[in-house]
Amino acid sequence: MTQVIEKERERSVVVGKVGLTTNYAIAHAVKDVDVDVVAAYPITPQTTIIEKLAEYVANGELDAEFIPVESEHSALSAAVGASAAGARVFTATSAQGLELMHEILHITSGLRLPIVMAVPGRALSAPISIHGDYQDLMNVRDTGWVIYIASTAQEAYDTVIEAFRVAEDPRVLLPVIVSYDGFLMSHTTEPVEVYDTKAVREFTPRRHNTRPLLNPERPVTMGALATPDWYYEIKYQAINALRVSRGVIDEVDSEFNRRFGRAYGAVEGFMLDDADYILVTYGGAATWNALEAAKEARGRGLRAGVLRIRLFRPFPSNDLVKRLADAKAVAVVDRAIAPGSPVEGPVFKDVYIALREAGVDKPIVSVIHGISQRTMYIRDFYELYYKLRDIASTGNVPRESLYMGLR
Amino acid sequence: MSELKSWTQIPIGGYITEPQNSVKNKTGSWRTQRPVIDQDACTRCRMCWLYCPEPAILELNKPYVTKSGRKYNLTFEINYDYCKGCGICANECPVKAIKMVPEVVQQ
Repeated sequence: MTQVIEKERERSVVVGKVGLTTNYAIAHAVKDVDVDVVAAYPITPQTTIIEKLAEYVANGELDAEFIPVESEHSALSAAVGASAAGARVFTATSAQGLELMHEILHITSGLRLPIVMAVPGRALSAPISIHGDYQDLMNVRDTGWVIYIASTAQEAYDTVIEAFRVAEDPRVLLPVIVSYDGFLMSHTTEPVEVYDTKAVREFTPRRHNTRPLLNPERPVTMGALATPDWYYEIKYQAINALRVSRGVIDEVDSEFNRRFGRAYGAVEGFMLDDADYILVTYGGAATWNALEAAKEARGRGLRAGVLRIRLFRPFPSNDLVKRLADAKAVAVVDRAIAPGSPVEGPVFKDVYIALREAGVDKPIVSVIHGISQRTMYIRDFYELYYKLRDIASTGNVPRESLYMGLR
Repeated sequence: MSELKSWTQIPIGGYITEPQNSVKNKTGSWRTQRPVIDQDACTRCRMCWLYCPEPAILELNKPYVTKSGRKYNLTFEINYDYCKGCGICANECPVKAIKMVPEVVQQ
């Protein structure tokens, strides 16, 4: 049922199966692709990524410049400078740190710098929270980055490797965020197959001559003022590149599958072939608990399914519509809120538009859950499937987001 | 005015990939007022040329005879491709020979 395609592969590519938190899996992948510069500032729940990378650099396992900056604003600024000079750069942050980076996020995509960043999602203050959700990620939705949301430590490891390929592709040249559940993934240990370093580096070759770089021998100016006569055209280049990245993402995923025996697609479906009621999710906890609930509902004769969004930007509308077209009712589970919106689930809005644009008219419900790691019980999703059945039979579609788990 | 290129013709990210390309890329389009020199009142003192921050004052070897019969070997003109209309020249001109005239939208 799962979309993950396990193909025959050279077993030698996998050098071991190790227990890693998703944060350590990310650090491992960053080491395997051999970055040149890491510029980062610690913030929970991201900190253990850069702690591990600092350790790799200190003990000689990773030959990179580690820049311990004084803030996230500086972290991404340093990353921008290094990337402009041609270095392969990684950084990571969460929540308030991502917010502090915000203006540089736009500069990174506008300057077309292929930086890769890990973002274990976390709630935004106030009130102060260190716990996981995706409010930070949804706040940077429109910064022009490619955005993946991983659901397992293995996927996070694989996605970082894919991310460098996508980012540095001459047709794309855009920064990439790899996001996942703060704490529920970032700090929990899962088995991860790690690959032969040589194979990973062959998969992510250096491409030095695909873009102009800061080089005293051949001077260029980056980030110059663009008057109203020029800004629109230059911005449009980056908008178009994000569109073009869609094909490259699929291409890289297929090639990754051929080399390492795994592929994820832009969306991942579970038990969708005959599903009447589908929960659309993203991230780990929401997806896997929804899947458990779907199995239980199926045990009682309700045809339930789960569709996980892996690629968030560019939004995979077509893949999504194809999978949802035959459902009787759909709920989109958002672990983030878009306050004051007509309906307050941020990803719900994308799904709704994608379906309506394709002429698909069916009951779609917005569900908010898992805010600041409010526990998303399997029974919550189980009950949601039955709610979808009632909505489909009565036609009474809620006009507002359903706030699950709220006292 | 210079040729305005489409998004497909501009270097990636708006990088400036060749030095001194401002000769090609005109920068005067955001001017809301244009300085106009009264050649009969101008005393060729060069103060506008000195103060122009751009610089967009051209000192030309172009003879000019004023209405009162005074002959000059030099003429000062404005390079409107680069003049941003800041008005410093008009402000500094000791004989008030430069006027700032509102730009009109060209249809």
